Amino acid sequence: MPDTGVRRRGLSWQWLPLVVCGAFLYIPIAVLVAMSFNDGGSAYSWDGFSFRWYGELAADDRIISALGSSLAIAAGATAIATVLGTLLAVGLARHTRSKLLEASAMAPAILPDLLLAIGLLSFYYVAEIPKSATTVLLGHAAFGTAFVVAVVRARLTGMDSSAEEASRDLGANALTTFVRITIPSIAPAIVAGALLVFTLSLDEFVIAFFTAGPTTQTLPIAVYSMVRAGVTPEINALATVLVVVSVAVVVLAAKTVRRSEDA
Amino acid sequence: MSDLRQRQRRLARLAEPAVLLTPGLLFTAIFVGAPVLLVLAYMFAERGRFGGVEWTFTLENFRRANDALYLDVLWSSIGIAGTATAIALVIGYPTAYAITRLPRRWRTVALVLVVVPFWTNFLIRMYAWIVLLNSQGVVNDTLVGSGVTDERRSFLYTDGAVVAGLVYVYLPLMILPLYAAIERVEGELMEASSDLGASKVRTFWSVLLPLTLPGAITGSILVFVPSLGNFVVPELLGGGKTVMVGNLIRDQFLKVQDWPFGSVLAFVVVVALFVMFLLQAVVTRRIEGGGRHA
Repeated sequence: MPDTGVRRRGLSWQWLPLVVCGAFLYIPIAVLVAMSFNDGGSAYSWDGFSFRWYGELAADDRIISALGSSLAIAAGATAIATVLGTLLAVGLARHTRSKLLEASAMAPAILPDLLLAIGLLSFYYVAEIPKSATTVLLGHAAFGTAFVVAVVRARLTGMDSSAEEASRDLGANALTTFVRITIPSIAPAIVAGALLVFTLSLDEFVIAFFTAGPTTQTLPIAVYSMVRAGVTPEINALATVLVVVSVAVVVLAAKTVRRSEDA
Repeated sequence: MSDLRQRQRRLARLAEPAVLLTPGLLFTAIFVGAPVLLVLAYMFAERGRFGGVEWTFTLENFRRANDALYLDVLWSSIGIAGTATAIALVIGYPTAYAITRLPRRWRTVALVLVVVPFWTNFLIRMYAWIVLLNSQGVVNDTLVGSGVTDERRSFLYTDGAVVAGLVYVYLPLMILPLYAAIERVEGELMEASSDLGASKVRTFWSVLLPLTLPGAITGSILVFVPSLGNFVVPELLGGGKTVMVGNLIRDQFLKVQDWPFGSVLAFVVVVALFVMFLLQAVVTRRIEGGGRHA
């Protein structure tokens, strides 16, 4: 579309909302990042530059072990959700026109997390499954599956199925066709879905809070008790690390999605 | 030989939907369906003596939830979540509009910048607001430093702090659907309106706003619903002074151990959610239907 006068004239004052919104979104994070390099013991007043709190963070066994649990849970949940979600998305695309089935496969992504959390707590209680890291993992896999279905399903919509048909007509069985034709053609969506589940699981607090065993601490649970116990500068360092990691993941995911759109 | 092969193939075609659909649906049924049904069933049960439930049918939980005490909490929760939604809309709409006016490649950058805080740990983002609003925090430094006030006061532990936290947490969920809606309204349509002599304000009110209303409603639902059931923001930024439905539900399950009553309260939140989605469907249909006739 040609650049019109209306548009050019508008751009100057239209920067205002971007600046205001950008400031609102980033000032809190910028303050945390800046304070993470503060030498002093106060979370508020500046006492000079130092990496001291990163050292304390690296030596904090509780945080390290919580990070370990979170990574293990996220990896397990991602593996389950990616496999089940991909199969389900392909199955829904090929074999059913039921809107109800489709909606119920994606519903867990929209359900309030608190409802899912109390539901899972009740379910584990009735089924007499003791709360542990595994119960958290299963809960994360449950809503993760719905997110993978949503992402992969979107990619499958309007996709050309002629390659799959050709493969079958040439005598390849369903499994071969699935592994060599279907999977590669939806791979970007599968990767994007997996990244989504992994990050969501790492960040998930409410379900973990309700379904973790007494000895299980995920990173969000550990952060929650740190924040409640009072402000220590160590959280600033942890926050900065997490911000850097999430920026990296978001950029990676955006690139994956864009590549899949170009393809 | 070829007959056998054909039969095998036909069998495979029949087996395929089962292999693809069953694992995911079964898993979802066990870990989402069963838990949600259980919560529904709890609503009609009695509280167990040591937590859990006793399966005696009763409507007592509903009667209790009708108490003025709980209704007050519900209304104040709706008020807080509604305020947060309104503020998010006021910040989000101009921002989404401004992003659609950017050159294409900068739009992606802007959208990624909107999403990055959203992918940052939720509790860390709340903690950032504790740092900002504390009596020793940056907001106070700025106010005292610029001479607006010479007394430090904590902005923490107020309803305002809770609203600020909720807006901050869910703002990206407002901007993204709004952006999608505004982007879809073609530039030509806006230009046509101004070419026909409509002022910018007129174009906004009679072209852009009605056509982007479904996006605004989607964004509002995405902010309102999680705000309503949130218990972490009121706890950390409201300091226990602001009690929302989410806090009540959490306490019924983890502190008081009255699961049936907690289930009823959770059910109220879910009903609110359904009403919102229903409203959205009605409004969207009316607007899109009207647009086609025009």
